[in-house]
Amino acid sequence: MGSQDHAEKGNLKTMKLSGAEIFVECLKREKVDTIFGYPGGVLLNIYDVLHQQRDIRHILTKHEQGAVHAADGYARASGKPGVVLVTSGPGATNTVTGIATAFMDSIPLVIFTGQVPMSMIGNDAFQEADIVGITRPCTKHNYLVSHVSKLASTIKEAFHIATHGRPGPVLIDLPKDVTVNQTDFKYPARVELKGFKPNYEGNLQQIKRALQAIKKAERPLLFTGGGVILSNAANELRKLARKTNIPVTSSLMGLGAFPGDHPLFLGMLGMHGTYAANMSIQNTDLIIAVGARFDDRVTGRIESFAPKAGIVHFDIDPTSIKKNIRVDIPVVGDCANVLKQMNRLLAAERGIPWKKKHADWLAQIDAWRKAYPMTYPERKGKIAPQYVVEQIHKLTKGEAIITTEVGQNQMWAAQFFRFKHPRQFLSSGGLGTMGYGFPAAIGAQFACPDKVVFDIAGDGSIQMNIQELATAVQHRLPVNVAILDNRFLGMVRQWQQLFYECRYSSTCLHSGPDFVRLAEAYGAVGLRITEKEDVPDAIREAIATKNTVLLDFIIDREANVMPMVPAGASIDEMMLDDGKGKKSLPKKQADKITG
Amino acid sequence: MRHTISVLVENKFGVLARVAGLFSGRGFNIETLNVAPTLDPAFSQMTIVTSGDDRILEQITKQLNKLINVIKVTDYAGDITYLNRELVLIKVTAKSEHRAEALRITDIFRAKVVDSGPTHYTIEVTGNPAKISGVIEMLRPLGIKSIVRTGPVAMARER
Ligand SMILES: Cc1ncc(C[n+]2csc(CCOP(=O)(O)OP(=O)(O)O)c2C)c(N)n1
Ligand SMILES: [Mg+2]
Repeated sequence: MGSQDHAEKGNLKTMKLSGAEIFVECLKREKVDTIFGYPGGVLLNIYDVLHQQRDIRHILTKHEQGAVHAADGYARASGKPGVVLVTSGPGATNTVTGIATAFMDSIPLVIFTGQVPMSMIGNDAFQEADIVGITRPCTKHNYLVSHVSKLASTIKEAFHIATHGRPGPVLIDLPKDVTVNQTDFKYPARVELKGFKPNYEGNLQQIKRALQAIKKAERPLLFTGGGVILSNAANELRKLARKTNIPVTSSLMGLGAFPGDHPLFLGMLGMHGTYAANMSIQNTDLIIAVGARFDDRVTGRIESFAPKAGIVHFDIDPTSIKKNIRVDIPVVGDCANVLKQMNRLLAAERGIPWKKKHADWLAQIDAWRKAYPMTYPERKGKIAPQYVVEQIHKLTKGEAIITTEVGQNQMWAAQFFRFKHPRQFLSSGGLGTMGYGFPAAIGAQFACPDKVVFDIAGDGSIQMNIQELATAVQHRLPVNVAILDNRFLGMVRQWQQLFYECRYSSTCLHSGPDFVRLAEAYGAVGLRITEKEDVPDAIREAIATKNTVLLDFIIDREANVMPMVPAGASIDEMMLDDGKGKKSLPKKQADKITG
Repeated sequence: MRHTISVLVENKFGVLARVAGLFSGRGFNIETLNVAPTLDPAFSQMTIVTSGDDRILEQITKQLNKLINVIKVTDYAGDITYLNRELVLIKVTAKSEHRAEALRITDIFRAKVVDSGPTHYTIEVTGNPAKISGVIEMLRPLGIKSIVRTGPVAMARER
């Protein structure tokens, strides 16, 4: 290809390149090293150019949904945007669940979809789908590139939008003729968008007000969300909490922002939150919410959430503030910047006895902790799923990257793995997408080749993207899948047990498959574990094995996720143990512990 | 409460769908929507009449602002004084004894007859919402055959 020869001589400014070549050049400029995708007719030109270069590796997944989740896992683990390339029509529509998953959790992705040629759009051409229309409500922004001359600037904008402000997925639809036609290539140095100017710096007056509120508070509580991780604010958060001695609770998405084994950490709050976290929310006089959006899984019945608290809310997205809950002191800005400013102000404050200031409050929290610690029942001859998670934690020294599927497996992972670092826990929090965890683990392993990666999976969810075993094996990825195999759609079964009198309608998965033989069929290692004493060795073997390993833990079938706040209840109305009936804590008893 | 919101947007493919999709997707209500290019054809001005409590209105303006193609959102509330005008075409039955009445009403409201036939007049009225509903109420007894409304357009008054 003539134009490519010139390109290699580095004289790109004046040379004509095809759209396909421009695509690849732009990705290089964005320092993209890995993309996940699946080819098809309208992408032949792009794939041909990809084949003739070495800077960008293309990972062929086995399903386009897998490609998007893998790019998402790559993005969450690395902090860089994930990139996806899929063909038109069915290739494009197969990405929708992955895009919606990333959108709900604010993950920066750039998704390229092939499209039929411009002249055929609207004619119901072969493999035509209006993917821009379909994904409008589940992307941060999207584009149809109508002419090759607009391609480079559109790609530049897309990366900018995906990674600035509150991150999110951006989709670019590429008609085939745009990939074929040629134009002068020039990559814009910067992006100027009139309608997109996120506010990074928090208003200093507001931050000062927040500081006053913290100084005044007797029972303050930090509540961290995914925004802390997205903005790389964990260090500033840790500084703030340690300096002020304020206890920390977290949403699912915020896990890892604060060390899971720190004495100030209360664990997750909400529907499956710890007793101490939920009681603290109900009794605190000041919540400092950082990068959280007060999802209904966190708040329970909104009218009775945090009845005694003033609320300080730091978030980069103004729409998150006062969407679900009243806010007394809003600060719109990047969490890391706002926390940094707060820490600077704090450093200048002298004479506040932070260590003693909330001693009573911390003692109260300890009483809650001791009254109902995170324990679980173990039945003779059965493997408790929580034990498996604890062992993975222990044997990876708490350092593994953990992805999850959705359901009980996800909650057990969140409750019993004490995350040390941000970007260590990758889970579909907002959309709750079964089938997320395994491809996300693959993406994370590509981003962090030296880390141990485990997908903590359910036997239902894993089957939604199990075909990616072929991808993992092909690349000799040492990813591990730990199926907490209850032969049930366990979380749904749990609700049926508790609220539908054990009528297990369509939740029983007794028919298999044999996961061990399935793993072997793909060329992975499969191990079945049926005895508790074999759990640690199996995990050790998985960690030591260079190949992809699938561990099929046959767990106590009807183990439940506890504590649990029934949907629509107040978050202090917790069921606390794994009984067969509803054993909620009587209100009076709760009051007594509250003191 | 009913609110009139002006939205300055980039005049690009699909922007109307984004705005409309935002309202439908989040369960916000659109009573009327008017859109046309500004003096600079690269931009369009939308006027949207919507309703909701304060919390919803705050979300509507914030969510609109969040759209990449939206440049500016003005909620005509509080102490912003603004002009609010709508154009309406009303085809009214006007037979023998009613013809004079129809013309009198047209005159009173400083409206215009823009089309007429042996049994009808088509009347063009421009005005604020109060005036428009006034005309409609006056003409209704004569028999309104059909009516077309642009929805209001709004502009802040110069201080
Ligand atoms: C794609 C998708 N479909 C349906 C659901 C609803 N759902 C939530 S949890 C769950 C059960 C998951 O079963 P499994 O993967 O075996 O996990 P377990 O709860 O047993 O650990 C279902 C069906 C969902 N979250 N995602
Ligand atoms: Mg299961």
